[in-house]
This record gives sequence, structure tokens and C-alpha cells, in this order.
Amino acid sequence: MKAVVIGTSHGGPKALQQLISALPVDFPVPVLIVLHRHPDGKARAENQLNLACVVTVKQAEEKETVEAGTVYFAPPGYHLLIEDDETLSLSVDEKVNYSRPSIDVLFESAADVYGENLVAILLTGANSDGAEGLRSVKEAGGITIVQKPEDAEAATMPKAALRLMKPDKVLSLSEITSCLSKFLLNHSVDFYECIKGVRS
Amino acid sequence: MNENEKLEAELLLQAIYQKYGYDFRSYAKASIRRRIKKHQAVSGFASISAMQHELIHNEQFFTTLLKELTVNVTEMFRDPDYFFSFRNQVIPVLAEKDHIQIWHAGCASGEEVYSMAIMLEEEGLAGRYRIYATDTCSEALNVAREGIYPVAIMQEGSVNYQKAGGRRSLSEYYTAHYDHVVMADRLKANLVFSEHNLVTDAVFSEMDCVVCRNVLIYFSRVLQDRVFKLFYDALPGGGFLFLGSKEHVRFSNLADKFVKVCGNEKIFKKVG
Ligand SMILES: C[S@@+](CC[C@H](N)C(=O)[O-])C[C@H]1O[C@@H](n2cnc3c(N)ncnc32)[C@H](O)[C@@H]1O
Repeated sequence: MKAVVIGTSHGGPKALQQLISALPVDFPVPVLIVLHRHPDGKARAENQLNLACVVTVKQAEEKETVEAGTVYFAPPGYHLLIEDDETLSLSVDEKVNYSRPSIDVLFESAADVYGENLVAILLTGANSDGAEGLRSVKEAGGITIVQKPEDAEAATMPKAALRLMKPDKVLSLSEITSCLSKFLLNHSVDFYECIKGVRS
Repeated sequence: MNENEKLEAELLLQAIYQKYGYDFRSYAKASIRRRIKKHQAVSGFASISAMQHELIHNEQFFTTLLKELTVNVTEMFRDPDYFFSFRNQVIPVLAEKDHIQIWHAGCASGEEVYSMAIMLEEEGLAGRYRIYATDTCSEALNVAREGIYPVAIMQEGSVNYQKAGGRRSLSEYYTAHYDHVVMADRLKANLVFSEHNLVTDAVFSEMDCVVCRNVLIYFSRVLQDRVFKLFYDALPGGGFLFLGSKEHVRFSNLADKFVKVCGNEKIFKKVG
């Protein structure tokens, strides 16, 4: 496993708070996040999380190389993409699914780079961004996880993904959280083994 | 995009360069690959290689692909905080000069250029400045030159204009015709639009300000360095450089030749 990507919109800040604060400081891979939010350019969500979490949480900067144990947020108003050399790119390309940043854009570029070494997680949200991206991750051999619609603050996003594709797991937020931290407790444990152990 | 497609995309960019002279080979890959795939899907080719055949033999087809590859997305008063700082911190300095030369590189369809012209007029500099607005995409430049936009963009534009410290109403700068607006001729009188490619062309004149926003994010480090050198050469000591809100000179080999002018906005001044 080389990276985790997460997409969410409505209800996202709360869900991410739970998920990211459970990550240990030696989290073995980078985490890339697209959260739909108001494009005023401020970094409120990442600043708050950075204070509340032991991992480093920051807004992604163009051309920076991703590092293990660090959580990167797409800046409001910019798509976030990852390059073959594991540096980050930003773009102001057209909105995708009425969104910039778009979850599909991040997931598809991460699928191109990481292939089967990627975990993609789609959480609560009020539109259908991320569904296509999740399908690309799966096609490239990565692991796909969707939050249980009944567990999500907004079910539209998880439901849209479930209509389009069959993820490896459909889990509650606390299952996803414990799964990620278990994977981290013992780096030698394969993440795939780990999620197989969680009943869905 | 799998490894074979990545190779096909590289070959496509090589073909474009050799046939038409536009050099996208050192652009950041992830975004350009995405746009190549998108154009392939929209135009119905079975593979990127099949699309390459068409673009070599059909210049018209290349023109449509060029538009896709250059990303001409822009807005009126995009990032109002930047325009606010420009108005309050830069214009007072510029106002000391008799004549002000501004190079706006990568102006796309021109909304940002008109935004700047509006502010210069409001600060009493009408007739004392010229903006040389350039882009590599001739179709975008045609739109910019005409200054005709869908009326819909003026809604958000107007909100951002106010946030940027606008002193009047945005509607004083255009005339509305049903579904579109035409920017005022008195603004256009100060603007010169022409084709210029940052990757392959040279500096054309000395400038008091260089504006280049949301273009460098598409370039590799090496290409960014080339462009910073161009801007460095175009500016006198004390000249201003404006970048997009996520762009920075920090990583370039000319980093120590520019200093930041104000807090959060990407406004720099050439040292010396
Ligand atoms: C995303 S737009 C930015 C528009 C505007 N500056 C803004 O921030 O709203 C990027 C522009 O850069 C132009 N561009 C891309 N490569 C270029 C090059 N090599 N030389 C000049 N312009 C280029 C594109 O044609 C496009 O219009």
C-alpha cells in the first residue's frame, strides 16, 4: 500500500475529524483528500485538524513531494492531482461534477500512479462526485471503500458510487477508522487482509 | 490511463510539437493526460494513437485539441483579495509614473485583463497605462479582443468586484444585450492582445508589471524556471510580478531575486 485517497463533501469535516484524528504519527503512507467547500481560499479545515491530530495536516502545494504520515487537502478552487514521481499538481481546469476540486480528478490520477497500491475511500456527501473515480481505482486494481449510506450524514455520494460500481467494502465510519488504524499498528499486515477481517 | 496510454500521450505531444510547433512536452503530466483522454472520448477515437493520426492530417482537428490542452478557464475578478491588494498596495506605487506598461501573460479569454483595466480606471490611471495581454491560444485571444461574454458571468463577477473594493457598479463597464455583454470601448483602447508562447518565445519589451496567474501550475519545474527568467528579464528593479494564489517563486533558481510585497497575496517585486 502506497497511498490513501479520500473524497467527501457534506458532512465531510466531521467525518474527517474522526478518521484523521485516529491516525498515528507514524502512519506509513500519505493521505490525499478532496473535501468540497466554499472557494474562499482559506485553510480552516486543515488548520483545525492539524491542531487536533498527531499526523501533519496541510493544504497541498504544487510540486511538493508527498510524504508518509502527512495528510494533504486539495486547496479550495483547485483540482488536486498526483504525478508519476509522487509530486502534487494543482489545476484550475473546468469543474467536474460541478466541483473544483473534484474527487474524480484526484482518484483517477491516483489510480494512474499507484494502481493496485492504492486505497480509495468515499465518505458522506451530497452529490455524485467520486463515483467514476472510485470505479477507475477499482479497474486499476486498488482497494475501494464506500461509507455505508445509512451511516453517512449525507447518503447521496455513497449511494451514487454504489449504483455505478461494486466497492471492495461498504463500511461504517468507525469500521473504516479502526481498519485504517489496525493497518497502521502493524505495518507488515496487508491492508487487504485487514479489511477482509471487517464484516460488512 | 495505463502505461501504454501514457506512452501514446507522450508521442502525441511529440507529434504536436514537430508538426505545429506548440511544445507541451514539459507540462505537468497528470492534468494534460486527463485532457487528452477527455478529448479522445469526446471525439470518439478508439485510442490516443488513432487521434494522433487525425491531428497530423487535419489541422482543423488540431485547433480543437489545442483549445482543450490550453485550459482557457478564467473569471472576472478571480481571487478578489488579490485585486484588493493590487488596488491598495501596488497602484499607489505605479501612479507615480507617467506611463505604465503591464504584461499579462496567459490571459485566456481576457476577463482578468478587463478586471485590471477597470481598477486602473477607478484609481485615476485611465489613458496612462497599456496592458499587453498575451496567450498561446489564438481562439481565446479572439474572445478577449472582442470582449463579449455571456451575461451569466457578470453575476459572480459583480460580487467579486465589490469584494475587490469596486467603487461603482460593474455594469458601468459593459453594455448588456440579451444574453451577452460587451465590454466598454474605453477599456479596450488601453489593451493590446497578441499571441505569445511562454515556452518558445522571448521577451518583447520592458514592463512595470508582469501578471501571470494560474499558468505556471501547468508547467514542470524546468519550464517554470525558463518562464521566471523571462519575467526577470522583462522587469526593471522594483518591477512587480503577480502570480496565482497557489504559485510561488520560492522553488525557482531566481527565488532570491524576488521579494514578497504583501501578506497573503502572491505579489512580488524584483530586487534591485
Ligand atoms: C487557466 S488559464 C489562466 C487564465 C487567467 N490568467 C486566470 O488566472 O484566470 C491558463 C492560460 O494559460 C495559457 N497558456 C498555456 N500555456 C501557455 C504558454 N506556453 N504560453 C502562453 N500561454 C499559455 C492557456 O492558453 C490559458 O489561456
